[in-house]
This record gives sequence, C-alpha cells and structure tokens, in this order.
Amino acid sequence: MHVHKAEKIWIAFGVAMLAVFLATITTAAVVEGFVPPSHIQSIDPAKVAQTPPFDKPGLHKLADGAYEAYYVAHIFAFEPQHLTVPVGSKVTFYVTSTDVVHGFSIPETGVNTMVEPGWVSTVSHVFSKRGTYLLVCNEYCGVAHQTMAGSVEVK
Amino acid sequence: MLAGRIDVPSDFAIRFSVAKENLLVLAHIYTATAALTLGALFGLLQGFARANWIVMPAEFDYYRVLTAHGVLMALVFTTFFITGLLTFATYRSIPRVRSVRLGWIGYSVMLFGTVMATIAIVSGNATVLYTFYAPLKAHPSFYFGATLLIAGTWFIAADIFLNVAWWMKNNAKTRIPLPAFLAATTFVMWIIATLGVVLEMLLLIPWSLGWTSGIDVGLTRMLFWYFGHPLVYFWIMGAYLIWYTVVPTTYKGTVFSDSLTRLSFIMLLLLSTPVGLHHQFLDPGISATWKWLHALNTYAVVIPSFMTAFAIFASFEIAARKQGKRGFLAVIRWLPWGNPVFSGPALGMLLFIFGGFGGIVNTSYSMDVLVHNTMWIVGHFHVTVGGPVALSFIGAAYGLVPALTGRKLFAPKLALVQTYVWFVGMLLMSTSMHIAGLLGSPRRTSDVTYFGAAGAQTWHPEMVTAAAGGALLFISILMFVIVAVGTRFRDEVADERPQFSFAPVDDAAAPTPPIFDKLVGWGVLAIGLAVLAYVGPIHDQLSQPHFLAPGMRTW
Repeated sequence: MHVHKAEKIWIAFGVAMLAVFLATITTAAVVEGFVPPSHIQSIDPAKVAQTPPFDKPGLHKLADGAYEAYYVAHIFAFEPQHLTVPVGSKVTFYVTSTDVVHGFSIPETGVNTMVEPGWVSTVSHVFSKRGTYLLVCNEYCGVAHQTMAGSVEVK
Repeated sequence: MLAGRIDVPSDFAIRFSVAKENLLVLAHIYTATAALTLGALFGLLQGFARANWIVMPAEFDYYRVLTAHGVLMALVFTTFFITGLLTFATYRSIPRVRSVRLGWIGYSVMLFGTVMATIAIVSGNATVLYTFYAPLKAHPSFYFGATLLIAGTWFIAADIFLNVAWWMKNNAKTRIPLPAFLAATTFVMWIIATLGVVLEMLLLIPWSLGWTSGIDVGLTRMLFWYFGHPLVYFWIMGAYLIWYTVVPTTYKGTVFSDSLTRLSFIMLLLLSTPVGLHHQFLDPGISATWKWLHALNTYAVVIPSFMTAFAIFASFEIAARKQGKRGFLAVIRWLPWGNPVFSGPALGMLLFIFGGFGGIVNTSYSMDVLVHNTMWIVGHFHVTVGGPVALSFIGAAYGLVPALTGRKLFAPKLALVQTYVWFVGMLLMSTSMHIAGLLGSPRRTSDVTYFGAAGAQTWHPEMVTAAAGGALLFISILMFVIVAVGTRFRDEVADERPQFSFAPVDDAAAPTPPIFDKLVGWGVLAIGLAVLAYVGPIHDQLSQPHFLAPGMRTW
C-alpha cells in the first residue's frame, strides 16, 4: 500500500504528539500517584447506616493534618452537609450512596468522583487555602438534584 | 459498472427499483428532521432555564426536557439520518433490482420504538436522561422503546450486509464499492456496540417490570459505556462518509486514497469499542490500570481522525491545483463556500478541530477529574455531535432531498445562511460551556446558583452566553425546517434531475490491498479486542461481594 510522504510525516507528527501526552499522564500516575479515583470496595446499599464507619458520617482525625471524612449521599443531600477542616490538612473522603447514582464534586479543587450504590468511592485533597468551598452533586439524581449541595469550610 | 454480469437488469427495472429506494431513504431523512426539530425546541428551553431566564414548570420540568432533548438528538436524529444515509450509499453504489422490504421493516420498528420511548419521556414516566443510569427506574415502555429503536437498526444492517454479500458473490474480482464498504464497516461496528446496550436492556426490562428485585449498578454502567462510546463513532463515521465521498463532488474533486479511506474505517471499527471506560474514569469499582488501558486505546482511535483530516485537505488541494490554484489561501478561497452541501460539512470540520482536541483532554486520564460531569463535557459533545456530525448531515440533506425527490431545493440562500448561523451559534454556545466547565459548573443541573453560594457565581455569565448561542442554533434549525418543509410543499420539479453522487478515487491513488475487504475477519478481530478490554474490569467487579440496588423513581 502506497502512503504519500507528506501523509507519513503528518501521521508521525500526530502519533508523536499522542505519545508525549501518554508519557505525561503515565509518568504523573506512576511517579506522583495522579490516578483517577478508582477504589474497589463494595458495600450493601441497604445497610449503609449500620456499616461502620458510615454509621457515623463526618470527620475522623488520623493524626495532625491528616483526616478521613465519611459521607453518605442520598436524595437530595449529603451527610454531613457541612464540614470544617483545619487549613493545610489532607482529607481523604469516603463516599457511598444509599439510593441512586450521585456525584461528589468540590469545584475549586480536584475533588470529583462518582458515587454509586453498592460501592465506596474515595478521593484525597490537601486544603491549603482558607475559605468556604461549595460541595455539589454533579450527577443527575432526581427532581431536586439542583439542591443537593453542601460546603467544606477551611479554617 | 454492470458489465460482466449475466443478469443485467433493464434500465426500466433499475429506475423502478430506485424510485422505491428513494422513498425509503426519504422517510429516514424526514423522521430525523422531525426529531431534530422537537429536540431543538427542548434544547432552547434548557438553555434559557440554565441562564435563569425562565423556570420550567413542575408539570413539565427541566429534567424531563433534558431527557427528551438528549434522546431525540443523540439517539433518534443521528440514528435515523445515518441509517438513511448508509442505506442510500449502499443502494447507489450497488445498483440492482432489489426488494426494500427489509429496509421498511427496520424503519417501522425504529419508528415504533422511538414513539414508544418518546411518549414515556414526555408523559414524565422516564425522566432518567439519555444515559438512563440505574437504579433510576423508568417505566418499562421507555426501555422497550429504546430496545426496539436499536433492534430496528439491525434490520437495516442486515439489508446492507445482504446487498454487499450479493455484490461480492456477483463481482468476485472487483472491490466492494467504496460507499458500500464504508456503510457496511460502520454497521459491523454498530452491531458489536449495540450488543452491549441490548444486554443491558435484558437486565433493565425484567427489573422495571418488577420481575427482579435489584439491579447491578456497576455492570449496567459498564454495559452502557461499552455502547456509549462507539455510539459516538457511529455518528462520526456517518459524517466521515460524507467528508470522504460526498464533499469532493461539490468541487468536482476526488477521494484522495481508496486504501487510506478503507483503512481509517477499519481502524475505527477495531478501536471504537475497547475505549468505553474513559467515560468511567471517576467510577468506583474499576481499577486504575484498566482505566489507563482504555485511555491508551482512546489515544489510538485518534489516529484515523488524523488520517481523515489529511485526506480531506489533500482532496481539496489536488482538485484546486487541477484548476491552477496554488497556495493555502488560494485553495481556501476557491472552495465552494456558497454551496450548503459544502459549507455544512466544511464548517463542521472547523468545529471538529475544537471537538477533537477537547476529546484528547477528556481521555487524558487523571486530567478528566477537572472536567468530568462539568459543563466542559456538554460543550465537548455539542461541538462534536452538534458540530461536524449535525452540520454534515444537514449539509448532505440539502443535496440528498432534491436528488431523492427530483424537486428543487426551497430557498437555497436560506439553506446556505443556515449553515453559517449554526456555526456561529455552536461556537458561541460550546465555547462558553467549555469555560463554565473549567470554572467547575456541573452539567445536568436545572439551576446552578446554589442559593447564591460564592463558588457558583462565576458560572452565570457563561450560561447567559451559552443561551444566546443556543438561541442562534434554534433560529438556524427553524431555517432548516423552512427549507425542508418548503421543498416538500412547494413541490417544484427541477428542470434537470438533481444529482447526489459519490466522488471517484484520485487517479494517482495506488491500488487497495484486498485484505481490507475482509469485513468478517475485521469484525471478529474487533469483537476480540472488545472482549479483551472488558473481561478484566467485569471480572474485577464480579469478584467483589456483590450488592444489587432496588431502584426507585426519584422524580
């Protein structure tokens, strides 16, 4: 099969560009641990309220500057709705749903994950700036989806 | 082309057959137009609602409108246009006396399913959006209707395969004509993709009927996106068929290379399916390794699009040089920008530059965290399916309808202006959607003010611009409807029958390797790749303690 020389150059350019992108995301994943939230842990959606630690949603301190936050998402609210964390702390969020699919997104940060009944999602973030951050459900979950929101206050 | 066959049909028999075929194709095109019109009205309401100009009443709320818009645009308009276009491409490039019965059965099943699902949505019984993520539980008629829409396309596919098989049997030594080859390859891909969503429906239907008590959320999502991404390529292959074989006829040009055209479609067939997890980068229950593999495959599926871009511009340039035009600007100026059959697809190509690069961002693994489920994604798929795909289909319709009916196009100037208004409207709307997404604005949400929260205030100006772009798009669609309806009712017979033909291959193009025509083999390979890409993630999920969700109606 004959391929025109100009086309060979063009394809080589395109493939090289993609290779650079792939190398970048792969290096970020392997070296820096930048991978999309991919926790594999199942949970019975009917028994979330009885399953520790989701029976007590909220902030749990691990050490100075290190916290875990357990969230339960259900139509049309997050539990806890408001969270207060000290500035500079690393918070690992664990979120699950008791009913339908929800989203868990803090727009001004990199916190963004799907929340599905039957599964636990997890995502970490270091809050280095003070302020009140909006937390929203970013997957349609029903008639009052637009009201499903909360906040994270960084003091 | 007919020489060498024993049963050369008479001219009259062919003409009679063609008249029957035209009616079938027209039915597809006009049904697609109806879906586009209704979908556009719903789209306009959404745009205005998100700009806080109107509030949708509770009896006919935003999410019902959103579901109807998504289903009518992404599933109904696109599918009907493509089934019509591919049927036409196959029939015209394989002239014979044929029965169109299978085609009509397919069309009727598709239409029946569409009406059934649309009633379920509009009556408020299926406000589950076009992705129908379980455990949102719609009325069974929604799932039945959607399944019939898909099942109907299988009849169309069978009709196209039978025609191609007939050609191969009777013309063993000649290649499958290029348009028929592209149509058949697209449908092989489509069959493989739709098996996933039909399997999903086999889980959803008994559950929605109350026969099973729970649904596997992770599995249904995976099956949906196994189908959802090749669905995108189904649209794009329809548009590419127009770019490769129809657009050159508007400037008396040629297809740059027969073999590269076939190769790019084979690559799209092979690589469209093993990539679906890039829609689920943020899903729990799927390992980061599998997600990375799908990111890699998605990068690979960009390559045939690079090839297509080259071939299109090469075709422009070769034709321009034959007319003595040289240099970038001279070639651009020489192109028939005053012909809507050219301007539609060509403006679509310009939009696809944005769409393609946005797509590369989306598939860039951890970068998806910044844009997932934000308005960026909405901007992305509007500048792709609403850009190159819709504009190419509309542009092609301006050539196709007069050719099918023998009637003059009503208000051709309006048709031309329509394509430019669309371009401006889409650029405006999708750009502001992309920006809103980068600022964090969530998609699929009726009102993003969040009671005046500080973090949400930067989003509103973008939504206003998007609504203005949406209004332009709606005006553009009204222009298209005026042309479509006017052509039908003015019913003015053209002096000379308008032609809608396919471009010949460039003289200088080298012969195509025969292996490219082994469609069954490529199909088997594509299935193999799809199985390899999904067996791991599905196994990972099934090996965990497993819980079903009962499902509910939350609207």
